[in-house]
Amino acid sequence: MDLTIAGVLTLDGLTNGAIYALLGIATVLIFTVTRILFIPQGEFVAFGALTLALFQTGQVPGTVWLLLVAAAAAFLLDLYALLRAPRAAGRAAAICRLAASQLAVPILIAALAIWAAPRGLPILAQGLLTLLIITPLGPLTYRLVYQSIAEASVLVLLIVSVGVHFVLLGLALFFFGAEGFRNPPFVDARYALGPLNLSGQVIGIFVVFILLMVMLRLFFGRTLYGKALRATAVNRLGARLLAISADSAGKLAFAMAAFIGALSGLLIGSTTTVFYDSGFLIGLKGFIAAVGGGLASYPATAVGALLLGVAESFGSFWASSLKEAIVFTLILPVLLWRSLYTPHHEEH
Amino acid sequence: MKPTSDTLRALPAQSARRPGASMARTAIFALFVAALVALPLLPVPEFWITQLNYIGLYAIVVVGVVLLTGMAGLTSFGQAAFVGLGAYATGVLTATYGLSPWLGLLAGLAVSACAALLIGPLTLRMSGHYLPVATIAWGLALFYIMSSIEFLGKYDGLMGVPPVSIGALVFDTGRSQFYLIWAFALAATLAALWLLDSRTGRAIRALREGSVMAEAMGVHTLRYKIGVFVLAALFAAVSGWLYAHFQRSVNPSPFGLNMGIQYLFMAVLGGMGSVWGALTGAAAVKLIEDQLQVWIPALLGRTGSFEVIAFGIILVLVLKYARQGIWSFLDGLVPRPRRKRDWAEAAPLPVRPKPRRGAVVLEGTGLRRQFGGLVAVNDVDLAVRAGDIVGLIGPNGAGKSTTFHLLSGVLALTAGEIRLHGQRVDGLPSRVIASRGLARTFQHVKMIPDMSVLENVALGAHLRGGAGALRSMLRLDRAQERSLLKEAEAQLMRVGLGEHLHEPAGNLAMGLQRLMEIARALCSDPAVLLLDEPAAGLRHFEKQALAKVLRQLRDEGMGILLVEHDMDLMMSVADRIVVMEFGTRLMEGTPAEVRASPAVRAAYLGTEH
Repeated sequence: MDLTIAGVLTLDGLTNGAIYALLGIATVLIFTVTRILFIPQGEFVAFGALTLALFQTGQVPGTVWLLLVAAAAAFLLDLYALLRAPRAAGRAAAICRLAASQLAVPILIAALAIWAAPRGLPILAQGLLTLLIITPLGPLTYRLVYQSIAEASVLVLLIVSVGVHFVLLGLALFFFGAEGFRNPPFVDARYALGPLNLSGQVIGIFVVFILLMVMLRLFFGRTLYGKALRATAVNRLGARLLAISADSAGKLAFAMAAFIGALSGLLIGSTTTVFYDSGFLIGLKGFIAAVGGGLASYPATAVGALLLGVAESFGSFWASSLKEAIVFTLILPVLLWRSLYTPHHEEH
Repeated sequence: MKPTSDTLRALPAQSARRPGASMARTAIFALFVAALVALPLLPVPEFWITQLNYIGLYAIVVVGVVLLTGMAGLTSFGQAAFVGLGAYATGVLTATYGLSPWLGLLAGLAVSACAALLIGPLTLRMSGHYLPVATIAWGLALFYIMSSIEFLGKYDGLMGVPPVSIGALVFDTGRSQFYLIWAFALAATLAALWLLDSRTGRAIRALREGSVMAEAMGVHTLRYKIGVFVLAALFAAVSGWLYAHFQRSVNPSPFGLNMGIQYLFMAVLGGMGSVWGALTGAAAVKLIEDQLQVWIPALLGRTGSFEVIAFGIILVLVLKYARQGIWSFLDGLVPRPRRKRDWAEAAPLPVRPKPRRGAVVLEGTGLRRQFGGLVAVNDVDLAVRAGDIVGLIGPNGAGKSTTFHLLSGVLALTAGEIRLHGQRVDGLPSRVIASRGLARTFQHVKMIPDMSVLENVALGAHLRGGAGALRSMLRLDRAQERSLLKEAEAQLMRVGLGEHLHEPAGNLAMGLQRLMEIARALCSDPAVLLLDEPAAGLRHFEKQALAKVLRQLRDEGMGILLVEHDMDLMMSVADRIVVMEFGTRLMEGTPAEVRASPAVRAAYLGTEH
């Protein structure tokens, strides 16, 4: 191996690592706010990349119908709760408000998607539309699956997450089929950096990664919403007593996670072929990075993810058939390191 | 937060216990076994024999999952990987090297145990969710290793695995394999049932409620967690061994993460609260899968593995609305038998030599505990003598419970010394302190709510028995078990809970749960007893009975340290009282002296300025 190959491998690894970092950060975000270990994080990546791919072929992606069905189900759940509550004045108005807040936006997005699909809009517009479709799936997942069992143990929530993973994976197969897709890049530029060849998309990945780190820092440090989320993470009951709704916090965290997932999907869609089940493995690597960050620290997660990406890249150079095995075995030293740092922990 | 159940198992309803119940259950079990024996002899289509073979293979794995997840509160998504280890071990030894399948079984068990011993200690030291995360990753890693190693045949796997044979008896047809598989499935079920009904089983079930209480009862929780993880891995390896010789070949596809998740799904659907849930869940999932494979293509007009959508939805719905699973419904149909009282003639447990009356048993000097900048306990001195009741009082937040935690080793000291029988015990884990004769109760009751009162109390005698998992699974621990239960019953009678032996502990009223904790503490044959608000929630006459028990214990030479807010009780039983305020010792004296002290009055009621 010479320096050029090492450079190419490192750049490759850092690029993948940046994606893992984005997903790892989303995992930490959801876990700290809701105590949910959200295994299906990677499914949003596949949804993002493949939704864009179907737009590229001029079809209406199945995720649009999923959005409508999920929004309708969430509306019905809320409606049921409203109707079961004791009759109060202005109930009809409340129902209208509910319909407007729950259904109007998804229907608008779906209409836009159906209108736009056959028109072959520029890829950037299709990408934006993809984000509009996938992001609401996050809070809808929270509403439909987790909200009523938000107080259950971490263990129960984890097993539920695995169930959600099954559902989303099966739906991805149903919507997109077993074939893979590769999207054209958003920016068709290439830059030479010494012996390295930087594509616009790769630069985009790093820019998004850095922007996201900065924005999270500002969001949690400077804004009221961010502080409310942090408060919920520390103490749900305490936050509720301060009029912070744990459910709103959960939905917000899920929206951010779905957005990050879909965005990651758009970013990798042109660098690799994405299959309906590709997201899961990518998401899990982010997950391992998050575990390395103790499921708590964003910077540690990001650093862990970048290292993981580089290790994977070099691993595939030396033993390509064992690449995945190497990456997932890395969790053992990571756990060893964590268990030395947190030798004792009593959960209740 | 309430330190109770993980909610994967809910409290069993207090079902009617009828005298005939035990016989009815035995009859149903006998019928079940008879049906299993008869089935292959009847003209049942081969298809159903194959399905039942799969159900048996799955059930063996799921029994392990029930032990691990339902009982110990730990979870693994990697059980399929252990199945794979069992299958590949025997595959390599028999197909590649032509050795006996029985050697293959031993090798599979050894490899799985080693893998579990590698992963377990790394993750189980930390909080509970690291184990499932680790097993996901390692399940994937192992799958890729199995699929890419030349030696293991890559994706094609190993062909030509011979059938299992015992002498001239060869298990090479579906019907003969049925007997082999179900013999193992029944053995696994019985072994798990017997394990749970034992000293080791109680310790395993205590793990789910956090480690503080179990450690205070002398349970080495980390060792038990690793133990139950290894045990589940061994069950999985046995299933893998059977699977290899049933399929007569091994390939990586049935050992992937999806299958690992499905094993957990079977346990959830069948019911985590009982070992029988494993059989129920394995059968239910297999049958549902068959139906879905017929219905989904008709519904969607496409073929593909879409049944995962249905599985996922069912899993979420079961966890949301029917967390007890299918078995609990079936279980409710037949009344529960009352436990047979077979311990009347049991030998008494050995008793530790007690210190002579008046000797200092427990002594804390300069006890100090800081939480960051807050000094919760500030250089407190305290001594308890044999045959002495020392009261510890003070306003809320004075540091009484923290002092208890320090003395019992639940919390580490920042500074100071603790001596038990004159020997330093500070810095030792609470289970070691318990083994030297200190027992305690908790301010917030810690128990296993769905276990009977009797079994909860028997957990207190953990250190007075020695039977391990293997002895329990083979039912060789009965003599000792009877002694333990006899002791538990005696202590329950002593605190006046003789009426409630067989109730689930979670059904007791709050005050009675506290009495149960006292009985549990007494079961460990302690020399010194730490009681944290034992009278809270008791009615007047129950308090009087408690006072009587305390005096009786004192007269027997027990040293007692008592935190209590009921001043009538405290003044009437305590020999000496230590008063704490803001973490410091305000004064020490007889009840009369304390009552007369202006400083104490000021501490409780404030002073005029």
